[in-house]
Amino acid sequence: MFCQKVRLTQENMTKSTVLMAAVCLLFSISLTSLQSLTTAKNGGQADTLHYPKSFGFGRTATLKEIALLDTDVRPDGKGLPAGSGKVSEGKLVYAAKCSGCHGATGVEGPNDQLVTIKNPTDPKVKARNKTIGNYWPYGTTVFDYIKRAMPFNQPGSLTDQEVYNLTAFLLHENGLIKADDIINAKTLPKVVMPARDFFVPDDRRDGPEIR
Amino acid sequence: MPDQNGNKPLITEKKISRRTLLGGAATAAVVLAQTASGKNFQAALTKSELHLIEEIEDPTKVPGVRPGTLGTRSPFEKPVKAPSDISSRTPLQDLFGTITPSDLHFERNHNGVPAIDPAKYELVIHGMVNRPMVFTLADLKRFPSVSRIAFLECSGNYRGSVDGKVTPQQICGLTSQSEWTGVKLSTLFREVGVSPKSTWFLAEGGDAAVMTRSVPIEKGWEDAIICYAQNGEAIRPEQGYPVRLFLPGWEGNINVKWLRRIELSDQPFQTRQETSKYTEAIGGGKIRQFSFTIDARSIITYPSYPQKVEKGWIEIRGIAWSGRGKVVRVEVSTDAGKTWKLAELQDPVMDKAHTAFRYLWNWNGQPTEILSRTVDETGYVQPFLKDLLAARGGNMGYHYNPVTAWYIQNDGQVLFKAT
Repeated sequence: MFCQKVRLTQENMTKSTVLMAAVCLLFSISLTSLQSLTTAKNGGQADTLHYPKSFGFGRTATLKEIALLDTDVRPDGKGLPAGSGKVSEGKLVYAAKCSGCHGATGVEGPNDQLVTIKNPTDPKVKARNKTIGNYWPYGTTVFDYIKRAMPFNQPGSLTDQEVYNLTAFLLHENGLIKADDIINAKTLPKVVMPARDFFVPDDRRDGPEIR
Repeated sequence: MPDQNGNKPLITEKKISRRTLLGGAATAAVVLAQTASGKNFQAALTKSELHLIEEIEDPTKVPGVRPGTLGTRSPFEKPVKAPSDISSRTPLQDLFGTITPSDLHFERNHNGVPAIDPAKYELVIHGMVNRPMVFTLADLKRFPSVSRIAFLECSGNYRGSVDGKVTPQQICGLTSQSEWTGVKLSTLFREVGVSPKSTWFLAEGGDAAVMTRSVPIEKGWEDAIICYAQNGEAIRPEQGYPVRLFLPGWEGNINVKWLRRIELSDQPFQTRQETSKYTEAIGGGKIRQFSFTIDARSIITYPSYPQKVEKGWIEIRGIAWSGRGKVVRVEVSTDAGKTWKLAELQDPVMDKAHTAFRYLWNWNGQPTEILSRTVDETGYVQPFLKDLLAARGGNMGYHYNPVTAWYIQNDGQVLFKAT
């Protein structure tokens, strides 16, 4: 489906230009089909073959300005800041800054449920029971997301320390770490997330099969 | 008298004062005078107010409105989006053709629409690149541009109803179509020198959700556009002003709006949106992830609920689209799915674009069901709801694109019916 990593060399630029010119002169009607063939081959970049190597627009980014924006955390822990968090401290932050939307124990809402209820029978509770404990495949995502987007009414206002504490608390409430476990850049990527095994890449394909 | 914007009011003061004698009519007149500049034109005029406007004059006997600085929508036409706390849906049943007026394009955001000053806007591209770079909006506009007409659809775009009282807007109003203009991401990739070892990139928004999604690098090279314009003007704030990512044919959420940062990487970032949010249970305890492509779909927008039709000739109209390529066929059934006929497709049929279809039908007045289903160029056939449910272990969720049926009662009332 994709034609990735098309490296445009001077050579294929020239070849293509010459070929196009020849076709243009001799069989101008065929130009469209040649273009679409080239488009398919080069992943939609055929009309950019004549571009210069660089336009010279834009400027080099400084490390400082990148660091200000680059807060993302990968599953391998890349991007996690210094510091560490405790369950007991996280409990206090949660009560003060999160419980209003997610409920006293992370179950009640009104917004997203964060903590798993074991074996719910009420279908409504069951449907709502999509939590960090049973639907989040990576612990690192908890840190990344809280830091960038929470609390909803004051996004980005939490310190790294508060985010580490909250992450520890929420993982513990879901039974994923012990009460005295410390969460930091080394331990967080190693937390075993039960949902991890459920996730599969897209298995739909072109063609008639319904998946 | 001209207002502060230099526009002449629609109705002269003399006429307004004359209308005041009519009581309520004054309200209508004042509203019109205030909206002559084209602003706030959807001011709520009641039915009786509209009626009074109709009565104002024979339009051939009074000079009309002078040219203005902005065009306006007739006060008789009031298509509106249907908002919730998190999204707002396009009134598909009120539209014609395939281009969605920009102010009716659906909206979905994860913590509101941010206010971004274009003069301060910057896009940072870094990570696995030769040279991390910053581009201003002016920089982006200097690069060679590209325009393309394509649909944009939220992957969570199916709603049914037990009583049948749902409009196309309510069923699947989270799809819209625009002409998108910007710079190809591949052009910027070459400018920064993306490492051949890079396999994914992170796209990050500058909204209060600081939305992030991981995108396979192939899509970036293939047809991704860094868009700054929509339907000939700057992108609307609700659509990502001043700059958004556009990935033709892929689920709405990954087309990150208010784009501020792209980070090249050799693995996905597993962000909240691509793990615990825009993923779907498919049975057997499995959850499907990175399901980017929008499967082929169609819906009849006329006739549809809440319309009532009359016996006789009806042009059945609708739209069909596929994130996998072009629509090659739309079939329509007017006998509850027993037989299917080919609908006409309106040229030009474009890749990953809403395509208008129509089928001329002479309704005999007997209750029946009308349906449409589409086939795309990969041979994908739009499924019935029951087939989708069967294929996904009975789970509902994202990427639901079922055939939609409309039941027509003997009194002509049209109602939704699940398939």
